[in-house]
Amino acid sequence: MSQLLQHLINGLAAGTIYALVALGYTMVYGVLKLINFAHGDVMMVGVYMGYATAFALGRQAQRSLWGVVVIFAVAMVGCALLGFLIERFAYRPLREKPRLTALITAIGISFALSYGFQLDVGFLPGASPRAFPEVIVPSEWFIVGDRDVVVWNWQVISFLIAVGLMAALQFLVYRTRFGKAMRAVSFDHRTAALMGIPTDRIIALTFMLSSALAAGAGLLYAIKDTSVSPLMGLYVGLKAFVAAVIGGIGNVPGAVVGALLLGLVEEFVVGYAASTWRDAVAFGFLILVLLVKPGGLFGRVAAEKV
Amino acid sequence: MSEPVKVLGERRAFEPLLSVEGIQVRYGAIQALRGVSLTVGRGEMVALIGANGAGKTSTLRAVSGMLKPSAGRITLAGQDITGLKAHQLVPRGMAHAPEGRGIFPNLTVFENLELGAYLRKDTAQVRQDMDKGFGLFPVLRERQKQLAGTLSGGEQQMLAIARALLSKPQLLLLDEPSLGLAPQVTETIFRTLREVNATGVSVLLVEQNAHLALNAAHYGYVLETGEVVMAGPGKALLDSAEVRRAYLGE
Repeated sequence: MSQLLQHLINGLAAGTIYALVALGYTMVYGVLKLINFAHGDVMMVGVYMGYATAFALGRQAQRSLWGVVVIFAVAMVGCALLGFLIERFAYRPLREKPRLTALITAIGISFALSYGFQLDVGFLPGASPRAFPEVIVPSEWFIVGDRDVVVWNWQVISFLIAVGLMAALQFLVYRTRFGKAMRAVSFDHRTAALMGIPTDRIIALTFMLSSALAAGAGLLYAIKDTSVSPLMGLYVGLKAFVAAVIGGIGNVPGAVVGALLLGLVEEFVVGYAASTWRDAVAFGFLILVLLVKPGGLFGRVAAEKV
Repeated sequence: MSEPVKVLGERRAFEPLLSVEGIQVRYGAIQALRGVSLTVGRGEMVALIGANGAGKTSTLRAVSGMLKPSAGRITLAGQDITGLKAHQLVPRGMAHAPEGRGIFPNLTVFENLELGAYLRKDTAQVRQDMDKGFGLFPVLRERQKQLAGTLSGGEQQMLAIARALLSKPQLLLLDEPSLGLAPQVTETIFRTLREVNATGVSVLLVEQNAHLALNAAHYGYVLETGEVVMAGPGKALLDSAEVRRAYLGE
């Protein structure tokens, strides 16, 4: 019983991080119908930005509350800027081209970032993984029985940050003028423009928002994993993409539910079977969901009304 | 390059609002418009008729900034608006209810209307204008909380018009408002359009149903393969033998 509880906690902690990344895939897909395969790598760049900031701050400052805030702020703002540049110079010129062109471009950017960061020149970090500094010094926050169930402080903090960011996003998408514009653009950007909505700006802001969320998620992931490497974006990004598809890509609550499910499934496989089965089961779960509901759990297969 | 436009009858004088001069539009190798010129006056209702593929929709799209003309000039209230994008034209008083109505089916009727007023900051006045829209189409008031995708075709067209009016346009562009609708519904919509027009909103209307459009409009243009071939007051065009043969099936 206590083992189950422990896995549940670990699974939810992992799932909320996937959710933040999955939201980025789903939002960008929403406005552009583009699967932004570079999304995970943008996240990775954000983690390195946070890593560099942590070192610049030094061991003392990086562990203080304001230090953590600065690390998150630098990574999230930096990534928003990166997201803006990628959209502006890589995707926007291809907006009216066949969708495959943009998709291949996205894969190209993904490789450019994940392999570019393996170079060992200038500020680039090189291929080997590095230890991510303990910006949140681990301590046991809550213990049941004789260490039957352990909840770590970073799990709680990371859960709260993730839920806070998701709540902010939910508010933004469903309660603000920007959100309404974003939903209009996601349905049809040409018609949205006829309402006076500056579609280019909305799309750029969506990219910035999703990149900033990815940076936040990446830092939480790096804190959990205590490491950072140029290839982490490919791995986490792929998982989050799977989560978004399970939930129904383009659907905001779907991405969260899909990610939580995926986090739990993975954790249970690791806990009750073997960790080598984790990815196989994760993708098997995806296939299973798509067999039953091809549009994902919350997605609707659009029936066109003529 | 092209034959001269055949002009029938005298045009009633209106202060000029929209002027389109020799615009051309290409889709890749295909030239959709080969130099279309037309004008719409302040408070005037102008109909654009023609067969499928004559360039009616392309003309509207070029005017509203959805398409960029490769040549020609468009002015609105004396200002050159050639090449401006759609969202930049809305604050200048352009509203376009596009082909296929362009409503947002995943949003409620009310949210659709709110989007029509997206650029307006005068919230109280928007509320009043919304009530005015509900006055024009009472069925929309009843359905304001419903998803727009659940409306019937006629109701969707009404929503598209009401939404377009919420941006407080000087010029309303309408693409085939009668498409796929029952005659009675079409009649309601055209009656309302005339009311709207009488309040001073200029209308540029594209229609397959030439009879309907020319009866409602002050002035009309006939498009053929990307060119204006004939122009004249609505009634004069209706009486012309050529129009009757080609577009009214007589």
